[in-house]
Amino acid sequence: MMDQYLKNQKRKDKAFQYVALGCTVFALLVLGILIWDILAGGLRRLDWSFFTNLPSRHAERAGIKTALAGMGSLLFFTILIALPIGILAGVYLEEYGTNNRFAKLIEINIANLAGVPSVIYGILGLQLFVRTAGMGNSLMAGALTLALLVMPVIIVATREAIKAVPRSLREASYGMGATKWQTTSRVVIPSAMGGILTGIILAISRAVGETAPLLVIGALVYVPFIPEGPHDQFTTLPIQIFNWTTRPQEAFVVNAAAGIIVLLLITFILNAIAIALRNRWYKKMRY
Amino acid sequence: MYKLQAKNVNLFYGEKHALRNISIGIEPNSVTAFIGPSGCGKSTLLRCFNRMNDLIENTKIEGEFCLDDKNIYEDINVYALRKMVGMVFQKPNPFPKTIFENVAYGLKLGGLKDKRKLTDKVEESLKKAALWNEVDGMLNKSALALSGGQQQRLCIARALATEPTVLLMDEPASALDPISTAKIEDLIYELKKTITVVIVTHNMQQAARVSNKTAFFYLGELIEFDETNKLFTNPAEEKTQNYITGRFG
Repeated sequence: MMDQYLKNQKRKDKAFQYVALGCTVFALLVLGILIWDILAGGLRRLDWSFFTNLPSRHAERAGIKTALAGMGSLLFFTILIALPIGILAGVYLEEYGTNNRFAKLIEINIANLAGVPSVIYGILGLQLFVRTAGMGNSLMAGALTLALLVMPVIIVATREAIKAVPRSLREASYGMGATKWQTTSRVVIPSAMGGILTGIILAISRAVGETAPLLVIGALVYVPFIPEGPHDQFTTLPIQIFNWTTRPQEAFVVNAAAGIIVLLLITFILNAIAIALRNRWYKKMRY
Repeated sequence: MYKLQAKNVNLFYGEKHALRNISIGIEPNSVTAFIGPSGCGKSTLLRCFNRMNDLIENTKIEGEFCLDDKNIYEDINVYALRKMVGMVFQKPNPFPKTIFENVAYGLKLGGLKDKRKLTDKVEESLKKAALWNEVDGMLNKSALALSGGQQQRLCIARALATEPTVLLMDEPASALDPISTAKIEDLIYELKKTITVVIVTHNMQQAARVSNKTAFFYLGELIEFDETNKLFTNPAEEKTQNYITGRFG
């Protein structure tokens, strides 16, 4: 009787193990096929000239120089805007305003904002920055739109990191006669910096892949020059890839695959940095 | 004249009446031990003397606290108070910074920037806390690399750096091994030559070893306060007698 029961349980245990294994393998397989397909399509197109050439209507001469430069400057301005506002908002919510209703309201809204589809941000950016503020489809309008998009990520990461700073450290600081600001700026934020950095990098890697909001605000698909200032028009790598995939010629699809490899590599590197930072920080903060 | 004084103090955490009409005077250059079962209010009273209870919400305090006959809630700025009345906590809580930065923290808060003065002060404080010999030459290492006992002495050095005249210690050795504990106790003995020490402890042998006077608290009341010798050998109150002999339920 008991024996039979145990046998059944064991069988169930094994069955579950295989189902879980199957799911994992399936997910990895899909990812593997995807990567294989892209590599097979695009790897042969990846050479130095692909990085240094301007876009062109001849597929074999087209490169991603302007897309990379546009993406770089776009990320630079995005982070420049989103970082201080996001971190300070996170610090305010966690350290100063957790108990009033206004802060609670903001808190709920930020959680909601993180779930809003990115194309909605594009529409907001189009109306607010491109039209009302009269920026046109400039780098600045794009950066402001992306900044809005990634700010919730930075705020949430900052709050989580600050929450993880042990209460005993704050007490130590207050016990030394520190004011609230001194405690926050000298102990809490430095101790939380690892977590905040992780959030920043995740925010960047989210911004790297965004296409929809930029298309909505009118980022151009063909930009034969490198943006020189925040008022210039721009393109980015995801938009360039999107453009290439819509072309009927086979050669442009190869270009798109090569572009995807570059984009994947950038995202992969950013995520690796984020994980490394987080691990270092946990090691440092262990008590 | 008392160094520290509490007069008719009542303290409430929300509805809970945590301290009941407590009056106590602590003499300068002495060690006073607060003993009593958990939740008796001894830590709460200790934390009143440098206003750490201000940080806990819903705390209401009645009565008067004095440092050198000055009301600490009215006549002294709270940040200045905490520099004069240092605190050491139960769990060693060094900042995740270097040893040097930990000790220099209070000095830098006070605006001291001169590198030479900072270095001198840090060395002096570490010597006072009997840690200098163990950390000399590695001041730029992380404080978290030290052992628990060393970390606690580092916290004491950090508190001593601003030259407080009172040091409050909230069960400073309860998380430490016997050897580290002995070092802390030796240190307390040295410290009382220059400053006033108030220590909360669960360890009655420790209270008997290090203190001049001992206060016994029970359920928020100060039951007995007397010379340590007298309190442990010939207590006036039955409750004290029961507690120190371990008969307390």
